Amino acid sequence: MPERRRTGKPKVAVFKFASCDGCQLSLLDAEEELLDVASAIDIAYFPEASRRMIRGPYDIGIVEGSITTPHDVERIRDIRKSSAALITIGACATAGGIQALRNWKDIKNYVHIVYASPEYVSTLDRSLPVGSFVHVDYELRGCPINKYQLIEVINAFLNKRKPNVYTHSVCVDCKLKGTTCVMVSRGEPCLGPVTQSGCGAICPSFNRGCYGCFGPMEFPNTAALAAQLKELGETKFDIQLAFRTFNAYADAFRKESEAHEQ
Amino acid sequence: MNLFLVNPKSDFTMDNSFRIDQENLQHLFTTLQKRGYETVGPTLADEAIVYDTIASVEDLPVGWTDEVGPGKYRVANGGGLSSFGYTLSPQSWKRFLYPPTRKLFSAKKNGKSFELTQENDGEKKHAFIGVRPCELSAILIQDRVFSSGEYHDDNYLALRRNAFIVAVNCSQAGDNCFCVSMKTGPAAKDGYDIALTEVVDGDNHYYVAASGTEKGREILTEIGAATASGNEIAEAENVVRRTTAEIGKSLDTRGLPKLLAENLEHARWDDVAKRCLTCGNCTMVCPTCFCSTVEDTTDLSGQTAGRSRRWDSCFTMDFAKVSGGNFRTSAKSRYRQWLTHKLSSWVEQFGISGCVGCGRCITWCPVGIDLTAEVKAIRGTKVKQEKGG
Repeated sequence: MPERRRTGKPKVAVFKFASCDGCQLSLLDAEEELLDVASAIDIAYFPEASRRMIRGPYDIGIVEGSITTPHDVERIRDIRKSSAALITIGACATAGGIQALRNWKDIKNYVHIVYASPEYVSTLDRSLPVGSFVHVDYELRGCPINKYQLIEVINAFLNKRKPNVYTHSVCVDCKLKGTTCVMVSRGEPCLGPVTQSGCGAICPSFNRGCYGCFGPMEFPNTAALAAQLKELGETKFDIQLAFRTFNAYADAFRKESEAHEQ
Repeated sequence: MNLFLVNPKSDFTMDNSFRIDQENLQHLFTTLQKRGYETVGPTLADEAIVYDTIASVEDLPVGWTDEVGPGKYRVANGGGLSSFGYTLSPQSWKRFLYPPTRKLFSAKKNGKSFELTQENDGEKKHAFIGVRPCELSAILIQDRVFSSGEYHDDNYLALRRNAFIVAVNCSQAGDNCFCVSMKTGPAAKDGYDIALTEVVDGDNHYYVAASGTEKGREILTEIGAATASGNEIAEAENVVRRTTAEIGKSLDTRGLPKLLAENLEHARWDDVAKRCLTCGNCTMVCPTCFCSTVEDTTDLSGQTAGRSRRWDSCFTMDFAKVSGGNFRTSAKSRYRQWLTHKLSSWVEQFGISGCVGCGRCITWCPVGIDLTAEVKAIRGTKVKQEKGG
């Protein structure tokens, strides 16, 4: 364990890779709990929140964003070395994010279209999750993550207990809440049956189908769901797009979307 | 076995048949509320007829009905006077007697020790208005589950003991209903305080009521129920007869526990596993499924802690996770576990089938898997169990 400074509180660092900042922002967004969290941990490195930057090693390294450049690869390896526990947060860090949509194309073409001097751009050919490069101790899904899940994981770490974070379908959450199934009662296309719990089943409670922001659930039967989406009138292209969003490069979603390519 | 009934036998006989109208029904609401009951019944919410706390007859889904199929449910307003002219709500009364999440106890640190506070909501008094006969059978099954054997669920039993049940016999057969073959409907046999049959005959709208308990009889008198005429009783019986005839789906229960137990390696399990999403919906909507998990919470400082229970499902990967791994890793093994427990080993365990034929698992399965079709397929090409099983 890294040596704890005089506070005796665990040293926590928050790192960013290719991402929109939304996930790390959710920690700051935990308004009511923020003071409690800040008094329970020592936020040693969190550039978005504070200019104070304490060197590692850290008890917990929280990583947002996907790995997209050779420099990222070096950096994530260093971070792994300096973090006793490594937690990745959000769809970018756990699945490559929305930017992984480029994984199906030749990156050189994009670079030439977007940048005036493409020769200065050094990038990997794909956007990949942190877990593709280093060992990850815990993954928190979502685009963005649920701030209560992040607090729960920190809380569980502090109190040495199992975090109450589930890997089952969103359907279970709808049923616990008493939300009537939008797919069955409205014919609304919904990824809930193959998507991991965690958001609190927000979209179905507003009569919308689940978009799959939390990625594949523990045992996703995407083919069976795709067959039902077809029954509901979705085209091959619709189905391809449904699986190709924030978690497009998560294995189960990637394979299903590829099965519906024209 | 019936834990809660003073007088389980009741039927439409001349000395136990009353006639009430919509005004009396409103009196029923106010009388129950005056006696401290939270009145829970059917009401239209978004695009479904759900069971929720309702204040008066105004909240009932008058004129509304539901149409179902495998993986399909739609509400429609067909007009008319019926307050109970639908089949079933998306979820059962289980929500109220066995809440989806429940705090079991909280603990507070006190020096080197800690103090425990038990939590229970056994003081709550629910009056359930509109319990379908199959649902009533499901409640009686859960009574056994939570009171038999060494361990009892005292919170359930307290809520159950306090509950007042107004059953409403079915005037409509849903396409997924198979209560007739499960012998649970469409008329309530026992377990209710009051049973109603709604009759709509042109502009003539009334209910024929029977009491199942002393309390039920007392309340019927209090709300001004009149004695039903022979003709009215006959009309009510017609409603039930018509519904019985309309129920098209069936489950052949002959030797069913043995059939499934002897066909654990039937090819149909692989077939259904291809279609099954393992999402857990069937178990959540099932009125008899009772599995739960227990989890601990703490505050950040570790000064207070709590233990809660939440519904779990034999379809989740955590459910069968033990030291060393999960002993049901395939969809096949999990679907088979659910169906064989429901229809086969449940009988061994509780002396009764775990299925009441409500058809919710068919309606609310997002891909419309129909357990009656699965059983039929297994029965159609049954094989002796392969070696080892």
